[in-house]
Formats: sequence, C-alpha cells, structure tokens
Amino acid sequence: MTILSLKNVQKNFGETQIIRGVSLDIIEGEKHAIIGPNGAGKSTLFHLISGRYQLTSGNIRFKQDQIENLPPYEIARMGLARSFQVTNIFPRMNVFENVRCALLWSKGYRYSFWHLLGRQRELNDEAMHVLEQIGLKDKALFPSGELGYAQQRALELGIAIASGAQLIMLDEPVAGMSHSEAESSVQLIRKITEGKTLIMVEHDMNIVFDVADRISVLVYGEIIATDKPENIRANPKVQEAYLGEVPSA
Amino acid sequence: MLEVFIFATLNGLVTGLLLFMLASGLTLIFSMMGVLNFAHASFYMLGAYVAYSISLYFGFWTGLIVAPLIVGLLGALIERYGLRRVHQSGHVAELVFTFGLAFLIEEAVQFFWGRDTKNYQTPDLLDFPLFTLFGQEFSAYRGFMMTISIGIFIALYYVLTKSRVGIIIQAAITHPQTVANLGHNVPLIFMGVFGVGTALAGLAGVIAGPVLTTFPGMATVLGSIVFVIVVIGGLGSLAGAFIASLMIGLLQSYAIASDVGMPDLLNLLGISFARDHPLNDLWTINLPQIAPVLPFLLLVLVLIFRPTGLLGKREE
Amino acid sequence: MAMLKKSAIWIAFAVTLVGMPQIFDSILAISILNQMAIAIVFALSYNMLLGQGGMLSFGHAVYFGLGGFLSVHALILIEFETMVFSILWIPLIGGLFGLLAGLFIGSFSTRKAGTVFAMISLGIGELIAASSLIFSSFFGGEAGISGDRTFGPTFFGVDFTQNIDIYYVATFWVFLATLFMYLFTQTPAGRMANAVRDNPERAEFIGYSARKVRFISFCASGLFAGVAGGLFALNYEFITEENLNAATSGRVLLMAYIGGLGYFIGPIIGAVILTLMNSLLSNYSELWMLYLGIMFLLTVMFLPRGFAGFIMMHQVAWVRGTLTLLIKPYIITGVPAILFSLTAILLIEMSHTEDEIFHFLGMALNTSSSVTWVVALILSGGTFFATRKSLGQLNEAWESANAISKDEQT
Repeated sequence: MTILSLKNVQKNFGETQIIRGVSLDIIEGEKHAIIGPNGAGKSTLFHLISGRYQLTSGNIRFKQDQIENLPPYEIARMGLARSFQVTNIFPRMNVFENVRCALLWSKGYRYSFWHLLGRQRELNDEAMHVLEQIGLKDKALFPSGELGYAQQRALELGIAIASGAQLIMLDEPVAGMSHSEAESSVQLIRKITEGKTLIMVEHDMNIVFDVADRISVLVYGEIIATDKPENIRANPKVQEAYLGEVPSA
Repeated sequence: MLEVFIFATLNGLVTGLLLFMLASGLTLIFSMMGVLNFAHASFYMLGAYVAYSISLYFGFWTGLIVAPLIVGLLGALIERYGLRRVHQSGHVAELVFTFGLAFLIEEAVQFFWGRDTKNYQTPDLLDFPLFTLFGQEFSAYRGFMMTISIGIFIALYYVLTKSRVGIIIQAAITHPQTVANLGHNVPLIFMGVFGVGTALAGLAGVIAGPVLTTFPGMATVLGSIVFVIVVIGGLGSLAGAFIASLMIGLLQSYAIASDVGMPDLLNLLGISFARDHPLNDLWTINLPQIAPVLPFLLLVLVLIFRPTGLLGKREE
Repeated sequence: MAMLKKSAIWIAFAVTLVGMPQIFDSILAISILNQMAIAIVFALSYNMLLGQGGMLSFGHAVYFGLGGFLSVHALILIEFETMVFSILWIPLIGGLFGLLAGLFIGSFSTRKAGTVFAMISLGIGELIAASSLIFSSFFGGEAGISGDRTFGPTFFGVDFTQNIDIYYVATFWVFLATLFMYLFTQTPAGRMANAVRDNPERAEFIGYSARKVRFISFCASGLFAGVAGGLFALNYEFITEENLNAATSGRVLLMAYIGGLGYFIGPIIGAVILTLMNSLLSNYSELWMLYLGIMFLLTVMFLPRGFAGFIMMHQVAWVRGTLTLLIKPYIITGVPAILFSLTAILLIEMSHTEDEIFHFLGMALNTSSSVTWVVALILSGGTFFATRKSLGQLNEAWESANAISKDEQT
C-alpha cells in the first residue's frame, strides 16, 4: 500500500531548477532513507512534501488526498509529521509544554479557549509518556532553549512524533552528534517509529544502511535509484555519484 | 486653477524632498541593522533646536554645518552605548528602545528649550522671493531647501554606488556575516551609518525648522509620516523611499490645495442627504480635511496588499 | 495542593482589591486606585498581544478608546432612557465593541508578526485617531464626548455618585478580567499563542495556523482593552481623542514593558508603578515625564524582562536558600546608586527651577550660589563612581549565590 506518492515534482528558485521531476512511492510501514551529496535537494524535497515550499509543478498524494501546495498545518493535521535539520523548538517554553503543544491538535483541542490544560489528564499523561520515550522526563520543567544539543535534538524528535502521525519525516536526525549520542538516537528512532512509516534524510551511511528498508538516491534534483540497501550498494550509478564514498561494510 | 496646481506641486516637492532626507537615513539604518529607528524624527527635531541655539550666537550658516554634526555624533554615541547593548535582546527590544528614545528626546527638548515655539528664522540672505507666478511668491528659502535635498540625494547615491565605503555598506545590507568575515568592522560601520543617518535627519531639521516652526511637537508631526514612507517605499529600498517621499509630499499638498469633497461627488451622482442624517460628517467631508489621514490609509492598504512595499524585497 | 495554592493567590488578590480603599481612603487615593484599576486591565490586555503572543502593537489604544467611546454613548442612551440597564454593565459594552474592532482589524493585520504587524498597528492607530477628529458627531471632535453615570437603575440602592462606588464596580471587573485573562493563558489557544510567539513556523508543522492563533489572541486582547475603556468611561464620564491616539498606545507599552512582558503579573506591576508616578510624582515635579523616559530606557537596557523579571531572577537563589548572600552586596551597591539618583534629580531640578531657594528633601538650597552646585556635582560624581565600583562585588556575590545550582543541574 502506498502511503505517499510523488509524481514528477519540480521546484525552481528563480531560474535555477532545484528539484527536476521527482517521482517516488513510499510504502506504508517502510523505513525509507533519502541520501545524496550536499546540495542535491534533499531538504528542499522535505519542504515540498511538508508544505513549507510551493511546488513549481507535479503532484503529491498522501494516503488518498492531494496535498501539494496545502499550508503546512493542513498537511500536519492529516498525519504527516516532520523534524528539522536545524533544531526548531519553542525555546521560551519548557520541555513539557513543547511536547504538549505538539499533541494538542491530534487530541482534538483545536483553537479551544474553553479547556484548561491543567485539567486534561489524558493529554498530560500522554505528553509525559512522550517525554519518557525520548528520555527527557526528568527535564520536563526545564526551559527548552537551555537544553544541551543532544537533548534539543531529542526534543525535536519528540515534537515530531508526539501527535502519533502515521508518516514521520526526519531531516538529518543525528547530524552533529557524537558517535555514542548518534547510537542512542538511532535506538530512539527505531523505538518511536515502530509500526509507522519513516522517511529520513541522513548523511551517516552506517545509520542509513542500518535503519532503512529501502533507499532513494537523490542527485542534482533527480532520483537516480530507489532500491533495497544491498542493491543500492551494488548500483554502479550510485557509486559513481558518490565517487566511492559508499562504505564497504 | 493652474496656479493652484503649480504651487501645490512645488510645495509638494519641497515637502517630499524634505521627507526624503529623513527617510533616506531611516532606510539606511534599517537596511544595515534591521531596526526601524522610531526616534528618527526626534533627531530631526534636535537638529532644528541645536541649529536654533547656534544661530542665536553664530548665525544660520554656522548652525547649518555644525548642528547636523552634533546630532550625528549624538546618534553615534546612542548607537554605541544604548542600541548595541539592546541588540542582544532582539528586534522587538530594539524597536521598543528607539520608541523610548523618541519619548525621552521630546521630554529632554522641553527640558532644555522649554515648551514654547522658538523664533527660528530663515537667514536674511535668502529672505526674498525667488520668483513670482500668478501674483504668488515662491521664496528663495524653499528653493534652497530643494537644492540641499537634491544635493543630498545625489551625494548619497554617489557614495553608495561608487565609493568603496558605499560598496561595503551595500554588501553589509545583504550579507552582514560575509562582510564581517572579510575583516570589516561591522559594529563600526553600524555606528557610522547610525551617525550619518541621524546627521541627515538633523540636517533636515536645520533647514525645515524655520519653515515648519520649531516646537516640541515637530517630531511627532513628521515621525509617523516618515515611517509610512519607508514602509510604502519598501523597507530598505532607497529608490523606493525616494518615490514614496515625493508621492506622499505631493499627495498631501494636492489634497490640501484641492477644494473637492463628498458634497461634490454626491452632487455629481445626484444624491443628497438631510443635514441631520446620522452620517452627516461623512457626506460633508472634503479632501483637505482628510489630507492628514491619507498617508496612513495608504500605509495600511500597502501593508495588506503588498507587504514588501513598492520596491522592497524582503518582508522582515 | 497546587489547586489550593492557586485559589489562595486569587483570594488574596480579591481581598487586596476590596481592602485597598479601607487603608487608603482619601479622595486622592480613591481616584488613584480607580486609575490603577483601569491601567491594570489595559496593560494586561496589551500583554496578551506582546508578552504572550509576540505582537508588538503601537496602536492598542484604538480598542481602549473605541470601547470607551461606545461606553460613553451607552451612558448617554441610559440618560435619555433609550436603554434601561444598570451602568454596572457598561464595561461589557466597551468590551464587546473592543472585540468587534479586534475581529475586523485582526482579520487582516495578524497575517504577520514582527515589523509588519507593528507598522500596521501604527498606521491603523494614526488612521483612527485622525478620523475621530473628522467624524465629530460620534467622537465629539477635540473636546470629546461626555455622559453622566448617575442615571439608570440603581444597584441595590447604590447610585454611583461617588468615586468609591465606581471603585467597587471597577474591582469587580478587574478581578473578572484578570481571572479570565489568566485562564486564557492556560487554554490550548493561549498556550499556542506562546508557541507561535516563539516559533511561528514550527507551530504550523504541528497543525496550527499561526495567523489564526494570533487572530484569537488579538480579538481577546481587543475585548479586554475595551473593558478597560468602559471602566475609563465610568470613572471619568467623558472621553476624548487623546484616549485612542498614539500617546495612550505608547503609555500602555511603557507600562507592560517596565512591569515585565514575559510574566503574567508584570503588567500589573507596571500599571501600579506608572499610575503612582503619574499621580504622585506629577505633584512634585513637572519633569516627571522626563524621569519616566529615563527610567524606561534604563529598563529596556538593563532589565529587559522588566521589574517582574528582576524579581524572578532571584528564584534560583530563593530556592537554594542563598538569597541572604545577596543582601549585603545589594546594600553596598544600592546605597550609592540611590544617592546618585537623588543627586542627579537634584541637579536636573535645580537647573530647571527659577526659584532662588529650592526645597529638596527638607533642605532649602540656594540655587544662585555656586557652592550648592559644586557640592551637588561632586556628590553625584562621587556616588556615580562608587556605584560603578561596587558593581564588581555585586556580580561576584550573584555568581556565588547562583553557582550551586549549576552543580546540581549536571
């Protein structure tokens, strides 16, 4: 079953073509990694899917609905959540509030000004549960802007997964982390995306080949291959694009 | 009719060019530092007052040179010891700081010079009619104001596009980080630009003071109009500010000089209302009456339909 | 437990409100208390915009003023018996009209925050203030319009002739408005306003339209500003263009900022301080606005989170029990700082006064004698120098009082 389908998606910035016709089907429940050299357009592709940028042409279908050019909040409400490459949290609110806000819409509170948050037992328990999952329970009341880098990344993940979205998109979730931090982050990602669909942009090939069921290779705005990890590794076109950067492990 | 039009145009140009002297400094400061200097018109007022005080002892012409320098120096000091400190707290804090500065300068002016209007006079040298048209005089001083304003525009244009400093400034507008990495002292450039911008405002005050009267409310009168101009012209665009300055100057001048209003429009449409109609104020309104409102109406419309302004590129 | 503690705070607030005129019962005091009540609601409503929602407005007086004008018109209607209801409900009319104005203006001005929002608010503020002078049948031109609050049905025999009656009416509304504004911060819409203030982009990726979140805060803020305008109308029985122009908008910004934007209680502190300065200081010095300006700039520069922020800075030391370490350093810096402020004020006042003998803190000073000036100058220079010198030890003490917390964090 296809959960997300891109058909000939193009994006130009002025004269420059950044995404030159990407078609891609993501299967429900799979862990899909998008790799490619710097400047290939991986983040741009994420922005197009999640509604941050408008498409120049093409369509994107999420489950049954066309979602291209919808505002981000409408796409998010359909059950597509994402994280950002550069940490993107609510810095003046505490850790607990960050996660609780991410839960509000999916719990049906909408723009309510007649519910008192303190009394929403289920919501608060759920937020604490998310904090437990991402290992920040003991930092619940800590100002999020003052967390350390790895912890902010964990919170970034927490905000993305809190709503229980079916499709989760992570943009370089372990970038800038030490080896051990990255390792525990991968464990975390595995745990919290269990039973869900994951699309991930990542540079660390060990992690990509470890986590992904399938991999797409994006080079200069085009997908040159989509396949299982072992086939990608053997693919001569991919090897050429990476100039032998593909690890032999 | 023609004479009204010509004089309205001339007056509009004088006002517009004067407004541009304020708007250019404001635009420069905004481009560089990303902060709208709420107190900009206050430096204009300071220019008028300082020049007035100098003119009492040394005459108008000394004031013309020295007052803008003093105001610019004060501006640079305020940037160095005030604004730079607030910069860490973000744009809102900076805007609030300049707002407070405007408030304080108005109070300080009243403290040093009192609340009354100052008898700041045009110099005797320029106290003659430049030409007479349809029996109305156009004073030499107004001609002088236009000359100075145009001179400033040309000088500014030249410095910004041709000189080395101007090229660094232009680069710093779009890529402050890169300019800093190239080894230029960006804080010093900021201080300089703030100083020059406020000095320009001061100069505008020096030459406007004798015509538009020198009193403690003169900053408030012009302050928000200058904002309107830089926003309509497009934040950070000098050319936009120039066009918008002339536009607002002319618009106000024509509106004041015109003698049409709602009654004329209603006559034209063949509609009439009783005098005790609840909306009588609306049916009797005329253009000179709403002249002061027009810039703000324009501002709101521009911000709603074209938030980048006429020639602006960036929104924030 | 937390519930109990919160209720206790609200009960204390109510008791303070009701008890104030028992302690301060002079006519002047009641009039100041009324002004405070109005200012508190107004400043809190402003904080909903800037502090909670990140929208810097230079035209908040519009909602206050429009609410006030409608309220005075309602008073007039009551007077001519076109409408019959107790004037107790006037602030509600102000609030409804503030809300209406908010709905209309917010529908296009909340698309962006930041500079664009600030400029739109400035433009609309100027537009409405200038228009109000044109449409004089509704706004009464420069003279404004006036009403009379003593008509209409009495409320349990109270006919609202006395200022103290109005104080109790105001107390009722201040309590209600404060409570509702606080509760708003505890709702999904209120909390998302914080989220949008912090990071509008991310808010959109968790399902919320930043614009709609801003719009809701904006309308709520208009409502409460209108309530404050209604209280103003009841207290003064007149209203003029001045109450919706840029000066009033500026004053509410000053109040909220000096009090402290990030904290719910901040604007209340700011409203109290500024009203006191306005009413008391203006009796002693015609330069009080100058001092206000200086105080405001110093606050922006050195206490970016206002008085409330300054108090909250001590939370860590309070919890750790190290607050006592700060007492002595505060005195060492505080004494010369206060002396410096006093001598600076003295110098400013002496250079302003035209009297030969200037009375200051019970001293009669001869302003024509250069000795007075030299002494004052030396004193102010000396105390300034001493204050600067003492900052080092204060910093050190501050570090050591807060240092323990850092060990505990890791």
